[in-house]
Parts: sequence; structure tokens; C-alpha cells
Amino acid sequence: MLSFLLLILIYTGLYAILALGQNIITGVTGMLSLCQAGFFAIGAYVTAILTVSYGVSFWLTIPLAGLFAAAAGALVGLPTLRLKGDYLAIATLGFGEIIRNVILNWDSLTRGPMGINGIPMPTIFGMTINPYKKWGFLLLVWVFVTIFYLLLKRLTRSRMGRALEAIKEDEIAAYAMGINTTRYKVWAFMVGAFVAGCAGSLQAAFTLSVTPNTYTFMVSVMVLCMVVLGGMGNHIAVIFGALIIQLAAEFPRLLGISSTVPPQFKQIVFGLILVLMMIYRPQGILGRKRVNYDQLTGTLEQESLLLRVRRIIRIGVKR
Amino acid sequence: MSLLYTTQLTRAFGGVIAVSDVDFAVEKHSITGLIGPNGAGKTTLFNNITGMDVPTSGKVFFKDEEITGMPAHSISRLGIARTFQNIRLFKEMSVLENVMIGRHFKTGKSMTSGRLLNAVRSYISMKGEEKAIYDTSREWLEFFNLDKFRNESARNLPYGSQRELEIARAMATEPELLFLDEPAAGMNPQETDRLMATIRRIREQGVTVLLIEHDMKLVMNICEQITVLNYGKKIASGNPLEIRENPLVIEAYLGKEE
Repeated sequence: MLSFLLLILIYTGLYAILALGQNIITGVTGMLSLCQAGFFAIGAYVTAILTVSYGVSFWLTIPLAGLFAAAAGALVGLPTLRLKGDYLAIATLGFGEIIRNVILNWDSLTRGPMGINGIPMPTIFGMTINPYKKWGFLLLVWVFVTIFYLLLKRLTRSRMGRALEAIKEDEIAAYAMGINTTRYKVWAFMVGAFVAGCAGSLQAAFTLSVTPNTYTFMVSVMVLCMVVLGGMGNHIAVIFGALIIQLAAEFPRLLGISSTVPPQFKQIVFGLILVLMMIYRPQGILGRKRVNYDQLTGTLEQESLLLRVRRIIRIGVKR
Repeated sequence: MSLLYTTQLTRAFGGVIAVSDVDFAVEKHSITGLIGPNGAGKTTLFNNITGMDVPTSGKVFFKDEEITGMPAHSISRLGIARTFQNIRLFKEMSVLENVMIGRHFKTGKSMTSGRLLNAVRSYISMKGEEKAIYDTSREWLEFFNLDKFRNESARNLPYGSQRELEIARAMATEPELLFLDEPAAGMNPQETDRLMATIRRIREQGVTVLLIEHDMKLVMNICEQITVLNYGKKIASGNPLEIRENPLVIEAYLGKEE
């Protein structure tokens, strides 16, 4: 039972990373995209192929997986930029499926439907992070969740993040205010894809094998649900959303009633959650949190841990 | 030489010629009005100059450089800022954030040298760039008397203040030329008076103002030069007195005597 709980938490972490990426595309920039699964797949396959066929270190494949996915993100972003709302969703949905189908049919590289097995377990400082023991991997995944959370939070609070938000609020006005909307939209897709690619890399190292049918359209939908449920544009809310969706999906097994409840039941639960959310809390559970710039710029000395550490170092050097 | 001028600017939408062969100029440091009946092509002319739309033919020059067909974000970087006829604020963002967006490209340039280094440094400390953006934005809010609203959502402002905020956001880009598309639309007489004073103060900052307006009291009061469009064509231009007495203008607004 504990093992199963750990498994859920590991998957929550992986999905939380995917959702953080989706949040940049959909929550912050306001583009309804449905191909997070595609970027996820690219990341997983990059790690699988590089570690198995070329013997590259797992740690090195994480950024590489991100970069490959980001390149795919640019590919999706550029041609679909003129599309908005539903049309963008349909186009990106198609793109996600294209990625999966390419993987499925490119036998010489991906071994098609058989997938790639025998991905080596990651090691750190001579220790092996054994996915079967779960604790180490749980830590690894959540370290990455934390890193991405901090990075993306900082990003949305910068000049660039504000530009992305302006595009969501009113693209024409943003354009008139000197924001290169085309560049920023592609850029948002690339960031979102990069993050998803890294998540894919971790997933490949966790399951030790990858198959194309893991990365279906349902994954993208679930990730989108997490963002909508948690609160668009709010990073911590999105992680929370990932946890809730995971628990909702796995609750029959958690309660030990999986033999009496059909597996399709989880779709019903999703649907119910989304309908209730749309009626009672369309902004998501936590909603968007406004940045308090007065506090940020005024009382920053007390706010930022990094700044404090830096000051201590500086004082130390002076002495 | 004029700060901005167009030569034979034409914009056709299929068979409809919205702007036709317009030679139009804005003198430096002036307040220029662009008037005309509804559908005369004023906003289309605006859009074609500011890069929101591309002219079918003709050219636009700003500071003697051709800017025809340039994207709007490049044109605003050259020093032309604008507001919109139907207010286009970032409604869910705070008043302060709206103005901060106006500062978007003002701090970007310093980052071109050592962009990565700067990004790393700004990660560690929010000061520097963000603080500079914040401080200047507060100054612009003070200028428009909106500072007390800075943490409100833009959508919650009273209508007149929303119009002012849009101007504040445009001014935050520190333009040389400010385009106002019907700034007084929907304002009550007190708000209009305040707006007139504000426009004069903006000019005192060394900014040239071009405005589209239907409120004749405002136009006749503050504009030094007025250009009149009708059916996409320029029918007159001159000072308010000349325009008031021009028979073509009277005809355009009131119709012809039988």
C-alpha cells in the first residue's frame, strides 16, 4: 500500500512538471494547446535512445531531451501562431498525435510499437537510484518539480512573463506596446515543451522502458485538466491540481475497490470535477495570484533568500 | 520637415477604399486633430501608420525614415505610441502592471550585451531591471494621477480613468508621437476638461499629439492643425478657424444645401 502511494506521488511529480510547462503555454500566455503528451514522448525517447544505443549518461540526456522537445515546440508554435482558441487546440492536438505516430512507425530508430527496453538505472555519486525502491526516485522527481517551479515562477515575474501575460489579456494591445508577439508565443511554446521534455526523460528512467502508447491524447487532456483545476497562471496551484487529478484517477485502487469499480469510472470522475469547477469556480481552486510589486521592490531584502545568502557571502568576503 | 507624413496612402478592403490617396502630415510639437464623419477612414489611417494594418499603396515616413508595412512592435520602438477607440487594457492585470508593460522594450536594450549574464543576475536579485521598471511606472501613474489605484485590477477603474490609464500606458513607452483614437468618447464634460488639460501637459513633455475625436469642443480648443477626412479622402486641412469655415467640411458634416 505504501509502495502504491509512493507510485502515485512519483506520477504526481511527473505530471506536475508537465502541468508547469502547460501552464506557461495555456495559463500564462493563454494559448489552448493539447500536445504536451507529444513533447513528453519526445523527451522520453531521447533519453531512451541516447542511454540505450549510445551509452550517454542519463543526467546529460535530461537537458538534451528538453532541447529536442523545445525544438519540436518551435515547430508546433511557428505554423500555428495565426490560430486562436479552439482552432489552436485542434491543430496542436493533431501535432501531438503526429509525434506519437512518427514514433510508432519509425522502426529503425524507435523500434515502433515494441518500444525500447533496458534503459539503465540512473546513478548519482556511485549510488543507483533504483525505481523499484521508489524513495530515491520520489526525491529525484520532486527535486525537479521544485527546480522548475522556482524557475518558472521567477520567469513569470520578469519583464518577459509580463509580456506573455499581456498577450493573453489583449494580443493587439500587447503588439502595439512594442511586444514582439510572434516571438514570445513561439518562445512560450518552447519553454513549455522544454519542461515537458525533461519530464519525459525522468519518466523513461523511472519505467526503464518506453512504448508509444503511453503518450496518448488522454495525457494531454489530463495535464490541461490539472492546469484548469488548479488555477491558470498560478504555478503552485497547478502542482496542487496534478495531485488532485492523480488521486481522483487512482482512488478506486487506493480504497481497494478497484475490483468493483470499472476503470472507465475515472473518466466520469474527471468529467464531474470539471463540470463542478466550471460552475462554481471557473478561475480554478486557487486562481491567479497577483504579484505585489510594492512589496517585491520595497521589502525585497527580507523576501529573497538568495539575496540574503549573497549578502552574507559579500560580508564574509569583506572581512 | 514634418515629424510624420504619408504620401498617397491608400487602403482598400476588396472594393471598398477606406483610405484613398491621402497626403497627411503631423508637425513636430503640435497637437493635430483628425476628424471626419463616421466611416471616413480615420481609424484605418491610424492603423496603417502604426503598423496594425498594411497599406495597399503609398508610403509612411516618420522622422524622414520610411516605416510603411513595418510591424507594430517595431514602430512603437521607433517612438509612436497609440491608444484604441474601444479601450484595450490588460483588464485582469493591475493598473501598475499595465503601465509596466509600457516599459517593456525600454529596459530590453541594455540586455543585448551580456544577455545571459544579465538573466542570471536578475534571477538572483529582483532589483536592477524590475526596480527600474517599477519606479518609472510609478512616476507615470503619478503624472496621470492614477497612483492611488495602482494595485486595483484595470477593469475596476471608472471609465474615464480607464481611458487615462490607456494613455499612461502609451506614454510609458516614452514616444515622440502619441496617437489618441477618440480619447474623449463616452466621457462626461468634467472628464473631457480634465483630458484636455492632460493632453496639453503631455505636449509640454515634448510629445507630439495626433488625435481622432468627435467632440468638436475638444478638437477646436486644443488642436493647432486639423485634417478632415470624408469617404477616405482628405477634404481639408488647416487651423481650427479655417476648418470651421471650410464649405467642404460643413457639407461633409451637415449635408449640402439644396
